[in-house]
Amino acid sequence: MEPRIAQIYQGSVRNKLLLLGGMLLLLVISTLYAISRGAVEIPLIDLLGILFGQPADEMTAYIVYEVRLPRIVMAIVTGISLACAGAIMQALLRNPLADPFTLGVSSGAAFGAALAIVAGASVFGINLVLSGQWLIALNAFVFGCLAVLIVYGIARLKNSSTTVLLLAGVAIGQLFSAGVSSLKYFSDNEALKDLVVWLMGGFWGAKWQVLQMLLPLVLVSLAVLIKYAWDLNALGAGEEVARTLGVKVKRIRWVCLLVVTLMASTTIAFTGIIGFIGLVAPHISRMMIGTDYRFLLPCSCLAGALLLLLSDTAARMLLSPVEIPVGIITALFGAPFFIYLLVKKRRDYWA
Amino acid sequence: MFMQIKGLSVQFGAKPILKDIRMELPKGEVVSIVGPNGAGKTTLLKSMASILSPPRKAVWTDGKDVRLYAANELAKKQAYVPQHSSTGFPLTVMETVLLGRKPYIKWGVTDQDLQIVERIMDRLQLTRLSEQFIDECSGGERQKVLIARALAQEPEVLLLDEPTSALDIRYQLEVLELLRQLAREQQVLVVLILHDLELAARYSDRVILLKEGEVFAAGRPEEVFTPAHIEQVYGVHVEIEQGSCGMKMTAIRPVLV
Repeated sequence: MEPRIAQIYQGSVRNKLLLLGGMLLLLVISTLYAISRGAVEIPLIDLLGILFGQPADEMTAYIVYEVRLPRIVMAIVTGISLACAGAIMQALLRNPLADPFTLGVSSGAAFGAALAIVAGASVFGINLVLSGQWLIALNAFVFGCLAVLIVYGIARLKNSSTTVLLLAGVAIGQLFSAGVSSLKYFSDNEALKDLVVWLMGGFWGAKWQVLQMLLPLVLVSLAVLIKYAWDLNALGAGEEVARTLGVKVKRIRWVCLLVVTLMASTTIAFTGIIGFIGLVAPHISRMMIGTDYRFLLPCSCLAGALLLLLSDTAARMLLSPVEIPVGIITALFGAPFFIYLLVKKRRDYWA
Repeated sequence: MFMQIKGLSVQFGAKPILKDIRMELPKGEVVSIVGPNGAGKTTLLKSMASILSPPRKAVWTDGKDVRLYAANELAKKQAYVPQHSSTGFPLTVMETVLLGRKPYIKWGVTDQDLQIVERIMDRLQLTRLSEQFIDECSGGERQKVLIARALAQEPEVLLLDEPTSALDIRYQLEVLELLRQLAREQQVLVVLILHDLELAARYSDRVILLKEGEVFAAGRPEEVFTPAHIEQVYGVHVEIEQGSCGMKMTAIRPVLV
């Protein structure tokens, strides 16, 4: 006898939950590994002891709690935030190329940061990279949001068409990139170096204070977005069908876009430009778990966190004690892997 | 009357698309909307489906202005089948049909949802395809999946935009037979756009012939499809005879203006 629909459905749900559980486990193991490795090696036994509150020598505890853990948590949160933003933007625009970068968030944020670094150094004569990390972040955030608002505004003129949204994103992105280039051209050596480092992205700015703000924001955003999972599923069937399935299409689109913009631009503001995760993690997840957003969103988040954590660990360790900017690692390892998946998987999602 | 249209006019900019459409449609009937290109068929169907928001008090379903329904509640009353399946990230056949339960689902999928999906998929002989991805199905199978998704909404009105346009003749008949059975057995009101006048005549209880945004003629197929009507609306001379399966219409030549 053929399996009945209920059995097939429950079987697929069970498999998806198992996959999510497996990824969570992998993330935990990777986290432990990442904490234990570095210039000072911390054996696993000691590490577990420290994490579960046993007294340890001050030096090791300091390394774990103040040096490695913030950075690792930051990598995980950033991965979650970028991957989630990418998955949502791809869903809303029904376009596999959409991610925080195509919509102009990152180029806006880059311009904002560049303005703060260069203007801070030349006009006010202060080095913001040392003293004013928050100011750079704020500026990056403001300009990231500004870029997206301009893009949305243009799309709105054209009846919120998704194609216009994407094209406007590319155009605004170019505009802000030109702005960044001219700032680079006119800045002095000192500011230029800071700027270039910021643009490459990394987690050296990770602090518990930053995480105290970022972590709740990302969690709340996630909760809001996952609530819309069924609406996003329906939207995948096309805007017209979604309307007749009882989805308030315009409202969902605006709410979700605003939430992911907030989430992505805040994250980017503190980490600098880390490419590729927002694009790749959702696609890898779709290949693994399918298109049901109830499972795809958590899966994308886990995949993003895992990818970014591993990339950052590699960035710390490959040429230790010299660190490589993590953005270089994500592209260096991510791109070939992604191409491999594209070619190897028979099913194509962008036919 | 289950669905009523009371003076529906639609304009895009200054251009009127529909002018004062009025009709009353009972449950259990198959109603075809026919007419030449640009007559306003799609606009009419999309207004009925509330994809294009109709003006107040123009479209009534089950005795209530559709504008007064909550989006979810309207989705339980009427369902829409698009002409093409979307080209987004593909779902499996089962997931697609399950999506039709969206108006009823809060978060988790209940046993009842799954039973309804199973019953519909059995009815439409889609069960063996349940784990296939929708873009791997043939055109005819895909059309049936889209109809199954709409049926999972348990609607009382089913609105279809040219459901047979991409299908070979076998699937055309299969889909139209299915729609007629649904109308008869489950007392669903089926409203569809058709281009093929012979099929429209054969499968409809009622035909609405549109010309330039107005109802030119409406009624039983024999009343609507007359040589005079077709000449005035389509601009062709036509010969109509009774065949063994309904009307045979042969277009002779265009009317010279």
